[in-house]
Amino acid sequence: MTTPTIRVQEAAFDLGAESALLTAGREDVGGLASFVGLCRADDGLAALVLEHYPGMTERAIARIAAEACARWPLTGCTVIHRVGRIPPGGPIVLVLTASSHRAAALESCAFLIDWLKTRAPFWKREEFADGASRWVEAKAADDAAAARWSAEADTGPTTGPTTGPTTGPGPAA
Amino acid sequence: MMRVLYFAWVRQKVGLGQEEVSPPPAVRDVAGLVAWLSERSPGHAAAFANARTIRAAVNQDFATPDHPVAAGDEIAFFPPVTGG
Repeated sequence: MTTPTIRVQEAAFDLGAESALLTAGREDVGGLASFVGLCRADDGLAALVLEHYPGMTERAIARIAAEACARWPLTGCTVIHRVGRIPPGGPIVLVLTASSHRAAALESCAFLIDWLKTRAPFWKREEFADGASRWVEAKAADDAAAARWSAEADTGPTTGPTTGPTTGPGPAA
Repeated sequence: MMRVLYFAWVRQKVGLGQEEVSPPPAVRDVAGLVAWLSERSPGHAAAFANARTIRAAVNQDFATPDHPVAAGDEIAFFPPVTGG
């Protein structure tokens, strides 16, 4: 099975260079799908600051990527998520999937970003030009997007009893 | 001894990123730990005031309120995640 490439880093990433790594020297890749999440300048945003849980973050992404590799026949999979301060226009997250056929690449790419948004321990704080700051709140729409991948199949070994199929990680108390 | 970590606004309200705690034996699960931690300071009380808005992990896996906790565990509290 494909071994995913997973990185959590402050530095920006290069979509072209990462794509080349999944196709170089191969003739079995029929499609490469990518998702790049960018920082929008909403409401006078000066920067997004991303915090994460070192250790758990890498574990969580590895589980999500392993789930994608188990569900779809991928020849390659790369997930890079940035942390720290990201200015408007800057890239936040990269998901790349490669497969012999487009459906597997496209579907697994969508699955990965949907689950990353609801199952990987990152938190965004918005900083504004006037010095104000606020934590981004989780969106029900993101839970719904993640849940559609659970309706199709048992969530298997990657989601223990702690994460409900429709609501993501449950409340602490 | 348990290692407790706090992230995002939970960290800000508690006023700490992490602490080592030794709750009494009656504290057996995540919900019990939340109740016990809430008594430690006004900051803890504020952070856990609406526990339904907080998520937990035990030993770096998401955990529900009834998940057991024991000495040696790493327990984290944080808001619903907002990455991606």
